Amino acid sequence: MSVLREAVNRVRSFFHKPERDAEMEAELRSHLELAIAENMQQGMSAEEARRRALVRFGGVEQAKELHREKRGLPWLDVLMQDLKFTFRTLRRDRGFAAIAILILGLGIGANVAVFSVVNTVLLRPLPFKEPQQLVRILSKKSEGGESSKTYSTDATKEFQERTRTLQAVSGYFAFSSSDNVKLIGEGQPLPLTGLLVMGNFFQTLGVEPALGRLFTPAESQKNAGQVTLLSNAFWKRRFHGDRSIVGRAINFDGMPYTVVGVLPETFDFGSVFSPGAKVDAYMPAVMENMEEWGNTLALIGRLRPGVTRVQAQTEADLIFPQLPSDLKHPQWKADYTAQVIGLKDYVSGKLRRSLIVLWCAVGMILLIVCVNLSNLLLARAATRNKEFALRSALGAGRMRLVRQLLTESLVLSAAGAVLGLGTAFAVTGWLAHQGSIALPLLSSVRVDATALAWTVAIALVTAVLFGLTPGLKIAHWELVEALKDSGHGASEGRGHERMRSVLVISEVALACVLVVGAGLLLRSFLRVLDVDLGFQPSRSAAIQVDYNDKGDNALRTAIWRNVIERVQAIPGVEAAGISDNLPMSRNRSWVVWAKGRTYSKGQLQDTFVYIVSPGYLRAMGMRLVEGRDIAWEDGPKSQKVVLINETVARRLWPGEDPVGKTANASGTEALVIGVVADVRETNAEEGAGWQMYLPASQFGPDGAELVVRTKLPPEELASSVMTTLRQINPGQPAVEFRTIQQLVDHATSPRKFFVVLVSIFAGLGLLLAALGIYGVISYSVTQKTQEIGIRMALGATQGRVQRDVLAKTLRMAVVGTTVGIVASVGVSRLIATLLFGTQPTDVVTFAAMVVALGAVAFVAGYVPARRASRIEPSIALRSS
Amino acid sequence: MPHKLWHAYVVLPQEDHVGESKLDLLQGTLDVMVLQTLHTLGSLHGYGIARRIEQVSGDEVLLNQGTIYASLVRLQQRGWISAEWGTSDNNRKAKYYAITREGRKQLAKDAAYWQRLAKVMGRVLAMPAEGEL
Repeated sequence: MSVLREAVNRVRSFFHKPERDAEMEAELRSHLELAIAENMQQGMSAEEARRRALVRFGGVEQAKELHREKRGLPWLDVLMQDLKFTFRTLRRDRGFAAIAILILGLGIGANVAVFSVVNTVLLRPLPFKEPQQLVRILSKKSEGGESSKTYSTDATKEFQERTRTLQAVSGYFAFSSSDNVKLIGEGQPLPLTGLLVMGNFFQTLGVEPALGRLFTPAESQKNAGQVTLLSNAFWKRRFHGDRSIVGRAINFDGMPYTVVGVLPETFDFGSVFSPGAKVDAYMPAVMENMEEWGNTLALIGRLRPGVTRVQAQTEADLIFPQLPSDLKHPQWKADYTAQVIGLKDYVSGKLRRSLIVLWCAVGMILLIVCVNLSNLLLARAATRNKEFALRSALGAGRMRLVRQLLTESLVLSAAGAVLGLGTAFAVTGWLAHQGSIALPLLSSVRVDATALAWTVAIALVTAVLFGLTPGLKIAHWELVEALKDSGHGASEGRGHERMRSVLVISEVALACVLVVGAGLLLRSFLRVLDVDLGFQPSRSAAIQVDYNDKGDNALRTAIWRNVIERVQAIPGVEAAGISDNLPMSRNRSWVVWAKGRTYSKGQLQDTFVYIVSPGYLRAMGMRLVEGRDIAWEDGPKSQKVVLINETVARRLWPGEDPVGKTANASGTEALVIGVVADVRETNAEEGAGWQMYLPASQFGPDGAELVVRTKLPPEELASSVMTTLRQINPGQPAVEFRTIQQLVDHATSPRKFFVVLVSIFAGLGLLLAALGIYGVISYSVTQKTQEIGIRMALGATQGRVQRDVLAKTLRMAVVGTTVGIVASVGVSRLIATLLFGTQPTDVVTFAAMVVALGAVAFVAGYVPARRASRIEPSIALRSS
Repeated sequence: MPHKLWHAYVVLPQEDHVGESKLDLLQGTLDVMVLQTLHTLGSLHGYGIARRIEQVSGDEVLLNQGTIYASLVRLQQRGWISAEWGTSDNNRKAKYYAITREGRKQLAKDAAYWQRLAKVMGRVLAMPAEGEL
């Protein structure tokens, strides 16, 4: 109790210093009066009585200090003094303070921003209930598109019954395209993205609705009433957060759907399962209706408590090969496999390495910042020698001086941290709204409590790191030496200068590593952009066409033909065509084989299938290698035809001409009429898989994407294309006119994201290294003004002086770069897996780095060298 | 709070020849002396406490009277003594201190501790040299 009371009283005394001091003074005065009075009673003279009283009392000031120490918070008193002094010093040295805080702000800001991304994507658990229990179940096959990673409804149902390791199995329809639903209300139909999810999807994830309720089991049954759950963002955007929407019916594609609830703001399907995609409404998947759709469900599961992922994997390896594809057609072999991976790993596993590299890069920036500030502080400490000598002579202990220096660096780094936090807030806020960057969870990136703690931690570490070097100097500091060193006109001590050179060299080396890393990633990115995609993304765009063919091939062909001919008539349109799927977006796969041949297991591959109109190849800028394109003459009743890509041609008819041969496309025989160049269907970095193109007049497409190739920038055609589509079909919703380039950009956006960031950091590193070099050289020129003056007076030319200074600069740069190259070779090996078509020891990158650093060092050294050569000997000698 | 011997406040002889010079007082011992003085004499001002300690110790302790105020403020903040401004016999204003109930409890503990320590020290120092046994 007494300890607590004392603590409270000490704090109280700290804040009531003037009152307590006054009372103490009064008490001491009364003490002396009492003592004097007693002494005088014993017969002393007034003067003697006073003298004796004071002797007995001891040091009055010491007694007061002791009193303050015992009643208040002495360490806080000292801290306040240090802070006051620091603010005074920094105010006097405004330029230095501003530069230091700016550098720190950039360094800390970059670190906090990157940490926020790393924290969101890698460290923070997914925003679901008990997220460590959630798993994603997908095929072990790496080739083929979504169709090879998904399962049929019959397989899913049977797995649900047989699994003992999972408490719940759920999934969603993996082939929804964006803007696939029309919301019909007043005015133009509004396009929105709907997603079919299994009835227990949200329960499995542990997502609670913000309003209303989730789906009931009855709602996933055949012939149940149509219901929907709205995403929070869509509800706010379209219905302005109207809470009465729950229970009301809204019109999707002409049918009433009852809104049963609204999902919470924290649930973002796209950011977890399909980066960059947005889903507006969810509908329960009715399994009975989907039995003959094939593999369409992407599966997730929740482990039973106490069950490990490995146990679930063992079970899946047992069950999945036995699962049926379609109970009504037992002859269709499914051949399922399954890998059970943690949902978190599925979401962020591929990014782990990139993000760690990014984290290291930004850590290096912080290190460079520390080195730079150490240097600045060292230079300052040198000029402050006199101040320290004076304070030391006045009785300040060494520890006190070190503490003063550390307080200064703490104040600087705290100010830097505030600036950095502001930067990080801005950057993360901007990032969270970048829907075009296909990174998972990006929309939930923010500076949270963990990031704040991280900021405090790095600010402290930074302060200690950069405050330590000058602090150590003080600790080893000799008063006499200092007085000698700061003597009139003498140069800086040798040890001092060597330390600063070492710091600059390490800074240059760190910058080297950053520049090499950024260079390698940049070259990889350029290589990716250079890849032959198999189509020409520039100057073509796509728009989703709404139509109703009532399932009739002939009617559909007529509608498509009308659309294509009308759009082709628009001035500026070079070519137009329709496909149900576009490369680098949604995909599906079937199988294809040469008629009459038998294949062993593993010889055939899932084949990407595109159901297209004539003219699609030309509109996409794809190349027909041989044979002919699909024509309108390939009608519903004529000979079935197929176009295959080079890979399929090579694998099914090796060494033969496939044109004129008969292929079997998922059970339908079709004549191969041509071979098309391979298209990178998944992204720019992976090679092409098996692909085939079937005429929409003979096979059923899954939607329609109208692709338009133009002579003008595609954006200029958006309105005229939309007008034409509306003339044909007034119900055409206002869907987005997307350029094909956007699809490609979306696929390359993660790489671009990392390249841009690492390049910015490399630039920052170079800038800081330049600042460091400039600081050291410039300072040494100032210190040596007199020496240079003497040399010039003795006949050294301006050129000679300039050359000497530059030589000194370049020496540091050469040593730093050499160290940097050695380190870079090691580091580049670590990022080898992130590179594309670029060797870790890419000579061009290393050469470019040497040139860049050389140029930066030259500029940083040239400015002070020029100043040195302009020194007027007579003035230099006189001024000192 | 039972005391342990290792964190004892020790009264150290200032120099080797004890008796010739005065004993140097450390803070903890002064606290006990102040408490004991207030316990026996009741309410007293700082000067009075200092004089009393000097007298009782037979002028053997080296006490800078000023240091007593640090001790007083600490004891007061711990709640072991209370303070009040009053008037002295010869009509001077002075701050009067008195021991509180908690102070008495603390004093009892401290006194027991010091007596134990003194006994132990006495026995250790009375240890006969080797061979004398």
